Amino acid sequence: MEKKNRTVRITIIGFGYVGAGVTEVIHRKRAEIARRYGLTLNLVGIADLKGIFIDERGLDEAELLKLRTGEKEWERPGDMTSIDLIKEVEHEVMVETTPTNIDHGQPGLRHITTALESGRHVVTSNKGPLALAYTPLMELAKKHDRELKFGATVGGAMPLISLMRKNLAGNEVLSIQGILNGTCNYILTRMAEEGLPYEHVLKEAQEIGIAEADPAKDVEGTDTAVKLVILANSVFGLNATYKDVEVAGITAITSDALKLADDAGYVIKLIGEVTKAGCLKVRPRLVPKNDPLNVSGTLNVATIRTDLAGDITLIGKGAGPIEAASTILSDILSIYT
Amino acid sequence: MKVSMDMELQDIPGQLVRALTPVSDLGGNILSVVHQRDKKTPAGRIPVRLVVEMDERRLDKLLALLVERGVNVVRTGEERLKESMVVLLIGHIVHSDLRETIDSIDRTGFAEVVALSLSMPGVNEESSASVTISAIGKTELHEALNILEQTAKRKGIMLISPI
Repeated sequence: MEKKNRTVRITIIGFGYVGAGVTEVIHRKRAEIARRYGLTLNLVGIADLKGIFIDERGLDEAELLKLRTGEKEWERPGDMTSIDLIKEVEHEVMVETTPTNIDHGQPGLRHITTALESGRHVVTSNKGPLALAYTPLMELAKKHDRELKFGATVGGAMPLISLMRKNLAGNEVLSIQGILNGTCNYILTRMAEEGLPYEHVLKEAQEIGIAEADPAKDVEGTDTAVKLVILANSVFGLNATYKDVEVAGITAITSDALKLADDAGYVIKLIGEVTKAGCLKVRPRLVPKNDPLNVSGTLNVATIRTDLAGDITLIGKGAGPIEAASTILSDILSIYT
Repeated sequence: MKVSMDMELQDIPGQLVRALTPVSDLGGNILSVVHQRDKKTPAGRIPVRLVVEMDERRLDKLLALLVERGVNVVRTGEERLKESMVVLLIGHIVHSDLRETIDSIDRTGFAEVVALSLSMPGVNEESSASVTISAIGKTELHEALNILEQTAKRKGIMLISPI
């Protein structure tokens, strides 16, 4: 436990919807966190492809959020880069929220290694670096005696990783099985409820912002697979990579199949599963209607099978800026409490 | 018909072969043998459960042969398909020889396709089907699923199994 009544200086690298969500949450929760934990969270720098803002006395979060609505323009002091910001601006915690790249992990990987080498703790929602380089990153963190927290990479607001690492300590986790992609769950739920074809529901999901313009990562199961790799490495200590996952997505699911499943008492869900023995699979499965894994809409769910506690099922929002920021905030606080 | 038989063998080498030989001699097809070495009876014998497909008219003859060979048969009964599972198939199910897909299960002797519901939206479109498989036990059901998975993979059909 570190000393109370202290200031924690934070930078956010990657000011997309998650980065902005963290900014908003810090703003909303500052007084309460100071009162409850004796920690004053002070945002001293943000960086994005478009520019950089720094103030060592603390940035005005409300002002920064105007960047997202276009009411405020980005600036860049000199030719400063995100790497310069991480190295040169004094701070304790770097929050890495740039987009995931699962082929090379950049720019997140460079941000994380630079931060650890510069003596910053790291809290990230970026799946790429964790899926590609879990072990080297953990070793680097250990070498510099810093924390690397990544709860927001899997399951959004569900405290899946911290639950297993902290609260279930002493239990052996045997397997984890669940729905880790809200987009797929939304599409399958709508198809089943309305009897609509896949293409139609995908288009609808894109219109309301639940699916991306290029939905491949979600609907082909890649996103779920990457999350399984992170679970495999962090919970089971495996040295898994994306290539170790057997992946099938939901693009071939027909509304007829959902109807037939319904007649037999099932729903179809895209289920990711990882076992202690290193079996990683993403594929559509039949889930009995009364099973806890049958959650609808964009919800995520995971059943953790343990040797002592039996099955524990978590249900929560898998995506959304404030939901992801919730997990990032918990990770930041867990470094100091 | 399928017959299941609970036998008790003496704990000396060669007893299992001794008990199985008359089955094949009478034209029976052995579907499964569960040899429970770790569950000895109080008299020190080893329980074995045998599932055989055979002509029921020869059952009495088989029992007589087993008794002659010193095998205790403690129970016989017709084996029913006790375990069931529904799986879905999506793809060109009919045009990739549906009959052969079903036969791959039925010919095992320990499992059968007992129900099939097919939905065919159009001539060149992919079909969807729900298939109910029944088997004489959990292990056999699992084995039947493996066989169907391999068949589906070979034919480019997606198989969706229960969690």
